[in-house]
Amino acid sequence: MGEVPTTNEPALGNDAVTASGLIKDFGSTRALDHLDLTVSTGEVHGFLGPNGAGKTTTMRILLGMLRISGGRVTLLGGDPWRDTAALHRRLAYVPGEVNLWPNLTGGEVIDLLADLRGGLVPSRRRELLERFELDPTKQIRSYSKGNRQKVALVAAFASDVELYLLDEPTSGLDPLMATVFQDVVRAVRDRGRTVLLSSHILSEVEALCDRVTIIRNGRAAESGTFAEMRHLTRTSVEVETSRSPGGLASLPLLHDLVVEEHKARFSVDPADLNAALEALVRYDVRALTSTPPTLEELFLRHYGDQLDRSAVPGAV
Amino acid sequence: MRTLTTSDFAGTARLTRLAARRDLYTITAWWAGLGLFVAATTAMFDDSLAVHEDLVRETRIVATNTGMRLLGLTSGPTVGGYMLHREYVTLAVLAALMSTFAVIRHTRQNEELGRAEMLDSTVVGRYAGLAAGVLVAAAADLVLTVVLGVGILASGQPVEGAFLAGASVAAVGLVWVGVAAVTCQLSSTTRGASGMAAGALAVAFVLSGIGNMAGSVDKAGLRVTSDWPAWFSPIGWGQQTRPFGGSHWAPLLLALLALVVLLAAAVALASRRDVGRGLWPERHGHPVAARSLLGPVGLTWRLQRGAFLGWAVVLSMFGLIFGNLTEQIQDLTGNAKDWWTQVGGTDQVVEAYQVSIIQMTGMFVAIYVVQVLLRMRVDETGGTLESVLATGVTRAGWLWGHLVNAVLGAAGLVVLFAVSMALTTGQVLGDTRGQVAGLVWAGLAQLPGVLVVGASVVAIGCATPRWSVPVSWALMLSMLVAGPMFGPSLNLPTPVQDLSPFTHGPQAPAAAITAGPILALTAVAVGLAVTGLLVLRHRNLTLPA
Repeated sequence: MGEVPTTNEPALGNDAVTASGLIKDFGSTRALDHLDLTVSTGEVHGFLGPNGAGKTTTMRILLGMLRISGGRVTLLGGDPWRDTAALHRRLAYVPGEVNLWPNLTGGEVIDLLADLRGGLVPSRRRELLERFELDPTKQIRSYSKGNRQKVALVAAFASDVELYLLDEPTSGLDPLMATVFQDVVRAVRDRGRTVLLSSHILSEVEALCDRVTIIRNGRAAESGTFAEMRHLTRTSVEVETSRSPGGLASLPLLHDLVVEEHKARFSVDPADLNAALEALVRYDVRALTSTPPTLEELFLRHYGDQLDRSAVPGAV
Repeated sequence: MRTLTTSDFAGTARLTRLAARRDLYTITAWWAGLGLFVAATTAMFDDSLAVHEDLVRETRIVATNTGMRLLGLTSGPTVGGYMLHREYVTLAVLAALMSTFAVIRHTRQNEELGRAEMLDSTVVGRYAGLAAGVLVAAAADLVLTVVLGVGILASGQPVEGAFLAGASVAAVGLVWVGVAAVTCQLSSTTRGASGMAAGALAVAFVLSGIGNMAGSVDKAGLRVTSDWPAWFSPIGWGQQTRPFGGSHWAPLLLALLALVVLLAAAVALASRRDVGRGLWPERHGHPVAARSLLGPVGLTWRLQRGAFLGWAVVLSMFGLIFGNLTEQIQDLTGNAKDWWTQVGGTDQVVEAYQVSIIQMTGMFVAIYVVQVLLRMRVDETGGTLESVLATGVTRAGWLWGHLVNAVLGAAGLVVLFAVSMALTTGQVLGDTRGQVAGLVWAGLAQLPGVLVVGASVVAIGCATPRWSVPVSWALMLSMLVAGPMFGPSLNLPTPVQDLSPFTHGPQAPAAAITAGPILALTAVAVGLAVTGLLVLRHRNLTLPA
């Protein structure tokens, strides 16, 4: 066992999770490449990224199952590798792929996992079983994927802990149960708990999360609130004018400009909006729609060059 | 039951080709392994028993000794027959396992893993999957007949005997094609279906063994006639063919008949159940966990108790049988007596017998310990460990759960065996109480050696979970071979024999138990387990992607 170049100092301020410059190598493959991630206490933090971006690797590092190759990571003020069990009494985890014991019942697994963590709140167990419509007397092997996921969710949320780590917890749930899940997450946030939610479902992240981190190729591509992130992204504008807006082409601040006879479409950075509006007035604006970027666009912008790359063979 | 039509078997040919392709390497390995094994052992006996007087003497020992009759049926002084007495049960059990695994791989395992769902959505008849598994396994058994026959023939034995011997082994394999076809309808899991088939195999062995033990020997003391229980066992049928001592082909018909009946039963059962389910309705379990389940020790026990109970039943039964054999043992004279006293290391034949039986039990229990400790790998690579370690359980706590269960399980099995053996020994010799005390202590004194094996498995599993299964079994096998059962008869050099922990176990109850070896073996075991833990604490877990 070689020494791993890590330094861990006590957590600063109120952050439930801080990772900076996190590196994880598996042999010659670099799974995480200087990842930065900060989850503040009391927030629901979205963790977005394409398959293989490093979301599960990050979760497993936070759980002390994988050892970091470099950088710093703090979880609830402790070192996830060294203080593993002590920290785990204060958190609950729902893995992305729920592998449980086929011959135990759902109810037994819920009690077992919660008890190994330090106990559960019986009334909440009852309530969650009811809301997720889960039969606790069935053996794990007879549950569908969605129902196994519900077992893991009930086991996690029946415990009252400070931090919930959820790795794509709704990938097998139907829309109705996904709504129940959202209500449950909001309820724990209202109690001041912290949630790190990795997900593919953008509407869910948009509905639940205070802040998001987008991870790509093992590094954080962007992080912040949606307002901040939208701020960084161009607004799409469609305008109808009475005079032909052909002169707009000379303005460098307008991007992706398409001019028709009495119409123009373009996108513009938020900082340049005023200048763009001043320029438009000259062509006598009759109608104007502006669309803020959706999460999908944010997402596509960060994955976009990956799509481009896969479309062009041989490109790097 | 409605009549079967060809559409019930639609797609069988295609599925059979798929099954054959999947099994190509696996079954070839079985053929090669069994063929080489039989050729090598036959050649060995052909060499060591080349002098006819030696052959007659050795044959008389295994024919007249009731204990040895448990293992095989003697049909006169021939090299081929002597080889079959020693190896037939092993070969038959392996052939049965080859068939069982092949059938279950293409039936129940496909259903359990959800592959059958995809296959069945295509143009595939209700029984096509079952038929494909049965055809591939049966074909494997037919080829095995030839492979074994050629192997024995190549080692210089007569033609008819060689191929009848091959057929008598393959016949047991064929019967278990049918047994597995039935058990994979009954149980909804791969483990359950293989477990039931293995249970049937144990019953068959015991029936044939009891039939041979209770049988009678001819005047020359060279040929055994079995009692009726042997005729209720497929292993017994195979033995009754007596390949080098008269060659009766007729008992093989019993095996074919059994195969047909079992396959008909399997089809009847399959027509009554849903895909993916067993025949028994799904049971509902406890909505809440029992107190005893909560914790790594309780959880591990819950997952292993089935295996433990199976072992407990088998070992108690063998304990009763071996204790009862004391009656024959104490009357032994000549060569048979010499054999026991040499193995047991004392000239008191009963004590020598007890020493070697208790040592053998220690080795058996070590196999149990390897089996349960290898579940650590299943936890890790199967993904359940992820959920456990995401709670307040440490890696050491998880390891502790497995260690406690392995140690207490091993102790429980040894004690159960010793008590059962003492009970029937007491019937023969009197002083049951004294026998219990002596044998239980002798059994417990074997534990440190068992624990060295277990701790090695732990260390291997902690260091390299991916390779832990083959490495652990190879280690177990080599410790067995180098140990007191086989090491001396194989003329292994003393330093090699010393590598096996079993070599250092005390010769109890014949000799007093001394503290030195016990403490040394325990220290080695603790050292290995601690090393394993230290390695485990410093590495990444090997979790599923």
